[in-house]
Amino acid sequence: MKSSVIIFPGSNCDRDMDVALKKFGFKNQMVWHNDQSIPKSDLIVLPGGFSYGDYLRCGSIASKSKIIKSVIDFANSGGLVLGICNGFQILTETGLLSGILQQNKYLNFICKNVYVKVKDKKNKYFKNIKKDILELHIAHNEGNYFCSDDEKKSLEDNNQIAVTYCDEKGAETDENNPNGAVKNIAGIFNEKKNVLGMMPHPERMIDKYLSGEDGSLFFENLLGNIK
Amino acid sequence: MKVTESIAADHGLKKEEFAKICKQLNRIPNFTELGIFSAMWNEHCSYKSSRKHLKKLHIKGKKVIQGPGENAGVIDIEDNDAIVFKIESHNHPSFIEPYQGAATGVGGIMRDVFTMGARPIANLNSIHFGSPQDKNTKNLLRGVVKGIGGYSNCIGVPTIAGQTSFDESYNGNILVNAMTLGLVNKNKIFYSKASGIDKPVIYVGSKTGRDGIHGASMASAIFDEKIEEKKPTVQVGDPFTEKLLLEACLELMADNSIISIQDMGAAGLTSSSIEMASKGKLGIELNLNKVPCREENMSPYEIMLSESQERMLIILEKGRENKAKKIFDKWNLDFAIIGKTTNSEKIELFFDNKSVANIPINLLAENAPIYDRKWKKTKLPQKIKIKKDDFKSLNLNDCLKKILKNPNISDKQWVWDQYDQTVMGDTIQKPGGDAGVVRVHGTNKAVAASVDSSASYCFAHPVTGGKQIVCESWRNLISVGAKPIAITNCLNFGNPEKEKNMGEFVECVEGITEASKYLDFPVVSGNVSFYNETKDKSIKPTPTIGGVGLIKEYKKMLSMDFKKEGNIVLILGKTEGHIDQSIFAKEILAEKKGPPPSINLFNEKNIGETVLKLIDQNLIDTCHDVSLGGILIAVSKMCIKGKKGIKINPIKGLINKFQYFFGEDQGRYVVELSKINIKKVKEILDKNSVHYDEFGTVDKAKIIFNNNINLSLDDLENENKAWLRKYMIN
Repeated sequence: MKSSVIIFPGSNCDRDMDVALKKFGFKNQMVWHNDQSIPKSDLIVLPGGFSYGDYLRCGSIASKSKIIKSVIDFANSGGLVLGICNGFQILTETGLLSGILQQNKYLNFICKNVYVKVKDKKNKYFKNIKKDILELHIAHNEGNYFCSDDEKKSLEDNNQIAVTYCDEKGAETDENNPNGAVKNIAGIFNEKKNVLGMMPHPERMIDKYLSGEDGSLFFENLLGNIK
Repeated sequence: MKVTESIAADHGLKKEEFAKICKQLNRIPNFTELGIFSAMWNEHCSYKSSRKHLKKLHIKGKKVIQGPGENAGVIDIEDNDAIVFKIESHNHPSFIEPYQGAATGVGGIMRDVFTMGARPIANLNSIHFGSPQDKNTKNLLRGVVKGIGGYSNCIGVPTIAGQTSFDESYNGNILVNAMTLGLVNKNKIFYSKASGIDKPVIYVGSKTGRDGIHGASMASAIFDEKIEEKKPTVQVGDPFTEKLLLEACLELMADNSIISIQDMGAAGLTSSSIEMASKGKLGIELNLNKVPCREENMSPYEIMLSESQERMLIILEKGRENKAKKIFDKWNLDFAIIGKTTNSEKIELFFDNKSVANIPINLLAENAPIYDRKWKKTKLPQKIKIKKDDFKSLNLNDCLKKILKNPNISDKQWVWDQYDQTVMGDTIQKPGGDAGVVRVHGTNKAVAASVDSSASYCFAHPVTGGKQIVCESWRNLISVGAKPIAITNCLNFGNPEKEKNMGEFVECVEGITEASKYLDFPVVSGNVSFYNETKDKSIKPTPTIGGVGLIKEYKKMLSMDFKKEGNIVLILGKTEGHIDQSIFAKEILAEKKGPPPSINLFNEKNIGETVLKLIDQNLIDTCHDVSLGGILIAVSKMCIKGKKGIKINPIKGLINKFQYFFGEDQGRYVVELSKINIKKVKEILDKNSVHYDEFGTVDKAKIIFNNNINLSLDDLENENKAWLRKYMIN
C-alpha cells in the first residue's frame, strides 16, 4: 500500500508519521508543498505541525498552497485523506471537512494522553478496529472544534463524527473534554467518509515504551482495510 | 557624532575601559566602533569577571569531543553518534517581557546546537520565580511558560524535563535557563572557527531589524525603576523562521560546503563575525549595504548591534554559493553574500562605499578586559539548635500534607502540559520523573537529561551547594538507569562588583569543579549570567546544572512510580536526619539558618555506581533519588505516580522520626524490588559497603506508618497537585 505525507514549511510531525506508516507496512513517500502533483497513493496524510507558521489562522495558508489542489482532487475522487492535528485544521480550511478549530477553551497549549470513543465503524479508518475506546495523545493549542447547529445536525445524521473525547470507560463528559470542543468532538469525516481529520496523534503511540500503543491499532487496522 | 567618555559610559563602558580603547586604537573610536566595543566588552560577551575562575572548571574526559568555548559542548555516545548540548540564561529579557524573553531564550539555545550540525532532539528548562505572593509572579510564570512552549512546540522539539521554583529572592529578577540536546554524527560536526582567506561570508535567515539593540549590554546591567524603558532591547522571536532555518542549515550541512558557521545570538552580527575571525586568526570584511534589512535607513551601528533572531553567519567554500542559495531559496530564507575573510586580522566594515569601522580583532576578543574581582568567603553556618519540644506539637500527617503543597514541592503539571513532550516520537520518559529520556532515533540507545539547582544550599554555603547540584544531577541520571557523562552549567549570580556576590560565584564554581572532577562528570559548555540584581537586592546564587547520560539499552530504563503491591522498598545511603536548610525547617519550623547537608563524594560515587549495577542486572524495578523534602516526600511522589500505597516499617535506631522522614541528607536513593531479588540485592549492597534501610512494602492506596501516618492516595494527590493549578486559575 502506498501513502504520501505532505510536508509544508513548518510541518513537524512529518517524520513521525513517516516512521509510523512504514512501521505498519505502508510504502510511504514525502511530498513537498511546492510540488505540482502527488505520486500515486492509496492514502494521503497531512501531518501535524505549524504549517506556514500558522499565520493568519491555523491551516489557512496551507489550504491555498500549490499542492493542495491535488489533495482536494484526490479526496473528491474518493481517495483516503487523513489529517492529524494541523492536518485536521488544514482540512477544515479547505472546506473538505465542515466546521473550524478554535483556540482551546482554557487558552493554553495542551499535551497529554486522552481517551477517545470510536463513534462509527462503517468506514475505512475504523472498520474492524478491536477497541471501542482508544488511548491517544494530543498536543495542540487550537483543537476546540466548533460548527453551526446545521452542520452539527448533519454530522450527527450522517454519522460523520469519528471520535469523541471520553473517559476510560467511554463517558463523554465535560471533564474529559480537554479543549471545549462541541459534543466532545476529537475527529470527523466528510460525507463519504474517505476524509478523516482528528486532533489526536496516533503516530506518537506506536510502541509500548512511548505514551501508549493504541496508535498501532489504528495503523494496523487502516492498512488491513485498504488492502 | 563625536564619541566622548560620557557617551561611552551610556554604553556601559567604564572610564578606564574607554581610555584603554582609545589607547589601543591610538585614536577615539567612531560611534559604530564604540557600539562594537561595548557589545564585545560587556560582561555577557566577554566573561570579564568570570573568565579567571572558569578556567578552573573540570572540562576533560574520555567522552568529551568538544568542551567549553564553542557554540555548545559535544560528547561521544558511541557508534559514531554524538550529543551536542548546552544551557543558556535569558533572565533579564524574560523579566522585562516574559513571553518573548523566554521564547527567544529557547530559540537561541536551539540555534547554538544546530549550528554545530546537530538536530535538536530534546529541550529542558529551569525557571525560577519570586514568591507566589509577589504581584508579578503569576503573570511572569504564565508568560514564561507560554513563551517556552510557543517556541519549542512550534519547532517540534519535545520538552522532556525541567524545574520550576519560587523564592522571594527572585522577586525582582526571575531566571529562565533553557537547555537543548542535539544528535549529530561524530564525523560531521561543524565549528565556528573560520579558515582560509578570501572565502565568502554569507548571511542567512531572517532580515535584520531594530529589535534587541544592546540586548547583551542590557543583560550585563542591574535593573532599576526605569525597567519599562528597556523593552525595545528584548528580541522578538519567530519560531516558524527558525524551523525553516534549522531544516535549511541541516540540508546545506549534508555536504562539505560550509567551512564554519555561527549563529547570531547576543550582540548579533558583531559577535558572530568577530568570534569566527578571532578563532581562525583571520580578518573579516563586511559590506553592510548587503545585509538584508527589515526596516529602512538602518545605520551601520544598528545593523551591527541588532539582535534580531533566527540569523546565521556562514563562511562557505568558494564556488558553492549558488548551490547554497538554492537551498535557502527553497526554504524562503534570505541569503546574502555580505563579505569575505581576509588576512588583516581586523574587522573592516563598509557602508555606502565608506569605511565605517576598522578595529584589530584581538582588541575585541583576547585583549578585552579581564578582572580579578575581589571576593569574600562564606563561612559554614552554625547548625541550628532544635529542642525536643519543637517536635512535640507536630504531627506527621499534617507535616506531610503541608510540605506536599509547598510551592517548591508541589506537582508542576500545569507547566508541563503546555509543552509538547512527545513530538519526534522517541520520548520514553516525560517531565515529572528524575530525568527526561529520549531514544536515539532508530537505535537501542537512549539519552537521559536533567536540570538541577539548589539556591538555598548555595546561599547557605556556596562550596557545598556547588558540589550538591553536581551530585544531584548525577543521581537523577542514575535513577533512570543512565550512566552520567557530562554537564553544562548556567551560572546565575548577582552583581560581581560586590564582594559577597563574587564570592558566591567563585565558591560555587569551586564546589562544582570538585564534584565534577571526583565523579568524572566534566563540564562541556555553559554560560554566566551576572547582575541579577534589582534595586540593590540580588538573587540567591543559582548555578544550574544540566546533566546528560547514556542508557545503552533503553528497555532497561527505570521510572520512579511504584510498580507492584508486595514489593520491597529500600532506602540506599545513610539517613542522619540533616534538617538545616530543608523544606521541613523552613515550612514547619520557620527556620532558614544552618548549613546545607554535607556531601561525601566517595559515598556518592560508590552508591551511584552500585545502583547502576543493580539496574543493569535487572534486580530493581523502580528508583528515585531522595532530594528536596527528604524520604517521605520522595516516597509520597512514588506512590502518587504509581497509584500505590506503602506500609512503612518501624524506624531503627534512635533518630527522631521527623528528622528521619524529612531530613535532606545527600547520596540517597529509594528503590523498589520484588522479594525474589532481595537476597541478591543485599549481597551486592553489602559487597559494595552501601548502607540500606528496609523501609517498607508497596501496598494498596494508602501510606501508613504505625499510628503516626495514615493517608489515602487521594489525600496525597490532592495536596500535591492542587496548589499550582489553583494558584494559576485564581
